[in-house]
Amino acid sequence: MTTAPAISAARTTVAIRSDNLCRHYRMGETLIRAVDGVSLEVCAGEFVALLGSSGSGKSSVLNLIAGLDRPTSGSVVVQDRDLAKLSREELAKYRLHVVGMVFQSFNLIPSMTVAENVELPLRFAEVDRAKRPGMAREALERVGLRARMDHRPSELSGGEQQRTALARALINRPKLLLADEPTGNLDSRTGTEIMNMVREFNRELGMTVVMVTHERALAERYAQRMIFLADGKLIDDRPNTPTADDAHFQEGQS
Amino acid sequence: MKIPDLTELALRNLRESLLRNSLTTIGISVGVASLVAMLSLGIGLQQLASRRLVKSGLFDTVVVSSRRDLRGRDRNEERDAPTPGESRVLDEPARQEIEHLPNVLEAYPDIRFITELRYEDKPHLTMISALPSSAKSNDAFEGMQGRFFSADTAPEVILQKTFAEELLGKTPARGVDETKVADLAKPLLGKELMMRYAQRAASPAQPRPANADATNSADRNLDAASYSVVSREQTLTIVGVADLDPESMRGPTRAKVFLPLKLAESLHVMQPTDLREISRAASDQAVYSSISVRVKNPTQVQVVEDSIKKMGFNTFSLLDASQSLRTFFRVLDLFLLIFGSLALAVASIGIVNTLVMAILERRREIGIMKAIGASDGDVKKLFFAEAGAMGIVGGIAGVALGWAIGRIINLGTNVYLRRESLTPDNFWAVPWWLVAVAIGFSFLVSLISGLYPAGRAAKLDPVQALRYE
Repeated sequence: MTTAPAISAARTTVAIRSDNLCRHYRMGETLIRAVDGVSLEVCAGEFVALLGSSGSGKSSVLNLIAGLDRPTSGSVVVQDRDLAKLSREELAKYRLHVVGMVFQSFNLIPSMTVAENVELPLRFAEVDRAKRPGMAREALERVGLRARMDHRPSELSGGEQQRTALARALINRPKLLLADEPTGNLDSRTGTEIMNMVREFNRELGMTVVMVTHERALAERYAQRMIFLADGKLIDDRPNTPTADDAHFQEGQS
Repeated sequence: MKIPDLTELALRNLRESLLRNSLTTIGISVGVASLVAMLSLGIGLQQLASRRLVKSGLFDTVVVSSRRDLRGRDRNEERDAPTPGESRVLDEPARQEIEHLPNVLEAYPDIRFITELRYEDKPHLTMISALPSSAKSNDAFEGMQGRFFSADTAPEVILQKTFAEELLGKTPARGVDETKVADLAKPLLGKELMMRYAQRAASPAQPRPANADATNSADRNLDAASYSVVSREQTLTIVGVADLDPESMRGPTRAKVFLPLKLAESLHVMQPTDLREISRAASDQAVYSSISVRVKNPTQVQVVEDSIKKMGFNTFSLLDASQSLRTFFRVLDLFLLIFGSLALAVASIGIVNTLVMAILERRREIGIMKAIGASDGDVKKLFFAEAGAMGIVGGIAGVALGWAIGRIINLGTNVYLRRESLTPDNFWAVPWWLVAVAIGFSFLVSLISGLYPAGRAAKLDPVQALRYE
């Protein structure tokens, strides 16, 4: 309806900007255009939902923003870093320090305890060994999992596993939280629990959140803005109505 | 990632698939064990050989002869030798000079002659040689019955086993077990032999002063141009019967009967060279056909030989032979190394296989690590650490295993040697450097094996890896 995301861009700094972003790949003889000329902007501190059916290219866009994949053409600039121009090594550093990720399937390492999973990024960041347990405890405290520290992921419920993943995403204090269907494997009650936590990170820690989902209701309930994708193209980009800030109102509405 | 974290994660990953990684590690340890076993056998044999050889006196002896003596032992050396005019007489002052060279233990004249020995009135013609008292430590006297000479001048004699057989009228029968030295010695020890020999005596009965002035050598030649040969007899007591030949380097001119050196010198036995060198032989001054020089260490033989050559004498040593022996052991070690390495090569393929399997199995895990910030280098190092850990553990276990195998083989062989009534010995050696080298080598080989899997793991595309269930 309204077509003016530029208002917020003028007010606040831009965290993510993509310009004619493309990701094509070959599968046998056919060229698959997973992302096909997507231009978008996400402001710092914003909570944006990427919506679309499966195969719409929403996850591919997220992977490009996360630095897990490289664009075929176009650019994606995150926190003043042109990801297409970074080396593999620099991309790894970017993922380590700038981005925190959560996935539908949690992606915890099964052989490690909750605390070890949460501490893992600290190993890659070469944080002093003595500081790590404190940092892990703090992150687990934030997601309410301190009591479960020494359990293995297989001993936890789905919600607890996703909370562990959230704690891990948080540990290096990134600016950006990227969530790929974070509630897809959870029942609605646990999903709500996780989403509230994501919103809390967005509001209290000032993290910019980009969430991929196919559930429009979920996006309407939590996101400030919704970007719709189909066949790798951006088809709609609109702020969530009526007001993005009033959580109580939104919750009452759904 | 830092090394402690790498080690910790690597060991954790190795524990995760314990059976597979243990089997791979056992493979490495078997490879290292075979390497250690082969090499320590080579080293042990070499040590045994050089121990024996040093004791045998073959490699620390230089034989010196005068250049006037045209029977050069080494034809090649003869070519670049100076003309006989420059050569010196091999006399007592020359012997003393040689003895005072650095690194020389002793220099003693070689006295050997063929003469008749009578035992129970039966004559036996044989080659007799004189031994210095230092020959007592010679390896050849290890299995000797009886004892060594009581003094350097004692009228005593040691027989070689074959001569003892001859005295007793026993011909060594082929195919039958060799006669035991003890059986030969029993009837002979303490018995007397009569040695009949030709003594060389200068005709002018006045003995010359020992240090004759070199300037009037012409005079001396004229004065003492004749000598007489007197037949003498000497009674000798048999004190020992030796099993082995202490003069194995002499080849065909082996002696079968040995006298103390000082006694032999005092007898002034007619030497084969005396006929050719009438002028010298006629003098009372001792002139030797050859002198044996014992060097402190086989490694110094070359130096001593060179300085003796500079003095104007011909020399001969088994240095060349010992060098080719060393080459032989180097080649043997190389062969053992290659055979030992084969098993390790097979084991390293096992490492590659295990790690490639691990990549397939842990694809998702690698994807997760990359997604949360692990660099290609981190993943690569992690796989390297796993390969290296298997290498070190396998190396340590392999050295222990190889050492154990070595002990068992050594033990078994010694049991066999004892049954064959041969002296058991240690032909097995695992020096510390071998332990270090084996573990280091195992580590290195493992890292090289990890090269390909680690590279492959590092290049894994995280998006695809995460999609993999």
